[in-house]
Amino acid sequence: MSIDNSTVKKVAKLARIEINEEEETTLITELNNILGWVDELKQVNTDSVEPMLSVFNESMQMREDKAESNFDNSQILDNSPESNSGFFVVPKVVE
Amino acid sequence: MTYVIEGKKDSWQVVLGLEVHAQISSKSKLFSVASTNWGSDPNTQVELVDCGMPGALPVINEYCVDQAVLTGLSLNAEIKKLSIFDRKNYFYPDLPQGYQISQFEHPIVGKGHINIEIEGKVKKIGITRLHLEQDAGKSLHDQDIKNSYIDLNRSGCALMEIVSEPDLNSPIEAAEYVKKLRSILRYIGSCDGNMEKGNLRADVNVSVKREGEKLGTRCEIKNVNSIKFIQQAIEFEAKRQVNIIENGEKIIQETRLFDPNKCETRSMRSKEESHDYRYFPDPDLPPLIISDEKVNSLKEKLPELPDEKKDRFMREFNLSSYDAEVIVNDKDTALFFEKLVKGRDSKVVTNWITGEVFSYLKKINKDMKNSGIAPEKIGSLIDLIVDEKISNRQAKEVFHEYMKSNDDATTFIEKKGLVQLSDQSEINKIIDKVLSDNPKMVDDYQNGKDKLFGFFIGQVMKISKGKANPKLVNELLVKRLKE
Repeated sequence: MSIDNSTVKKVAKLARIEINEEEETTLITELNNILGWVDELKQVNTDSVEPMLSVFNESMQMREDKAESNFDNSQILDNSPESNSGFFVVPKVVE
Repeated sequence: MTYVIEGKKDSWQVVLGLEVHAQISSKSKLFSVASTNWGSDPNTQVELVDCGMPGALPVINEYCVDQAVLTGLSLNAEIKKLSIFDRKNYFYPDLPQGYQISQFEHPIVGKGHINIEIEGKVKKIGITRLHLEQDAGKSLHDQDIKNSYIDLNRSGCALMEIVSEPDLNSPIEAAEYVKKLRSILRYIGSCDGNMEKGNLRADVNVSVKREGEKLGTRCEIKNVNSIKFIQQAIEFEAKRQVNIIENGEKIIQETRLFDPNKCETRSMRSKEESHDYRYFPDPDLPPLIISDEKVNSLKEKLPELPDEKKDRFMREFNLSSYDAEVIVNDKDTALFFEKLVKGRDSKVVTNWITGEVFSYLKKINKDMKNSGIAPEKIGSLIDLIVDEKISNRQAKEVFHEYMKSNDDATTFIEKKGLVQLSDQSEINKIIDKVLSDNPKMVDDYQNGKDKLFGFFIGQVMKISKGKANPKLVNELLVKRLKE
């Protein structure tokens, strides 16, 4: 599997990362190296091996359904570039 | 009856699959301790996980897991002992994490089914899966010309996405499916089913095909939030697709939005590029393991479900299939019925509930649960009718006024002077007056004009101001006219 510049551009766009042409060339090389390594790993026969999803071999811890309030409105909006009447304000997104 | 769309050239069938999003009625969110309370001030129920703070770790709410299992059981579905949470990646201002925690390859509930009934016929609708996921925040677009406003109170609330097989073939079937699903969710209490608040909403997949053809390309109509809109959206979308194909063009698979004001669907261009969600298992969350003990103990908590209750009501109270369906659809109505029917005639009780009580609820814009109507309030009125203290007609006439009063039925009708006239000699006096006032009518009647009987009854009722016992009037009038 190999990656070309249109794939790099698409991945960058989906991740909302701005890249210039120089970075694009570097990324093509780097990503192809990584994928090449993955191809190598794929050669190992794993037919009888369960996929490992986590390094802890344990189940999820659960919590009781209890509501708490640890942050007030001003703390939540503290990092927002713009807010109004308790809302985050963002450039218009409309269908 | 098969639903068919007649195009200019051919007849077309509709194939529908629904993805229903049901918000779980939990106190706190799926992965955070923030409250799920509806209608609070914006951004007052937000924890670090919900606003996507780096390093904030999600911890799952056991109640939500239990509700998903309970719902799975009530959909006759397979409960998966192991399920995985994945990240669904996309950027939108109401999704501060930049991904939604959802389940992709390994959902918590697998295949199941529910039954719907159309015109007396039962149809089995397959359930593909049910998975748990986070809800997004809310965007408001009409506050400001240039900006959108974001409220994260809903961000992170627990949703069950229930996906159906493409087994639905008409707007009415889709409507019945959602109604049945909502009824089941309310019976087990996993979701309040409130579509106005957005606690239950559906994505509708629509495609069309000629008979015998393979499935056509589908379009997905996002976030339809009423049963009426679901039907309207399907009707519009199916016709749109038929027109396109008959004009020799192709359907493009896309996400569309239903506009209830214009009653049409339109393309959501912004969603086109985001379809590449790059799912991967969320490294913050180990697999969710559900023990047999948990499943078994939840099975024991499963209440009697609508279908079972309907069968029992038909058996125990001799209700027709239609009446039973109407009564059991809402859990609280079914409960009300069971209390009211004790020691009373089931047919009379059913008629009063589905007639007067339902129209009263509609008028005061409440449902059975929040109406606070006590079964005895209706029961004592029905008893007076059965005991022939008042007529059915009298009871219906004063019903709304009676519901507003705090009196019991006996006190109320006494205050209103509504006692039914059941004294034979009194009624006979009125009958005599009516007959002697209308000698020509009596002649005509006795010469075969049977229809005039209703006229005599009407006159008697009029003179008695509606108080005469109609059954008695009937009997006595037949007797007098024969003389």
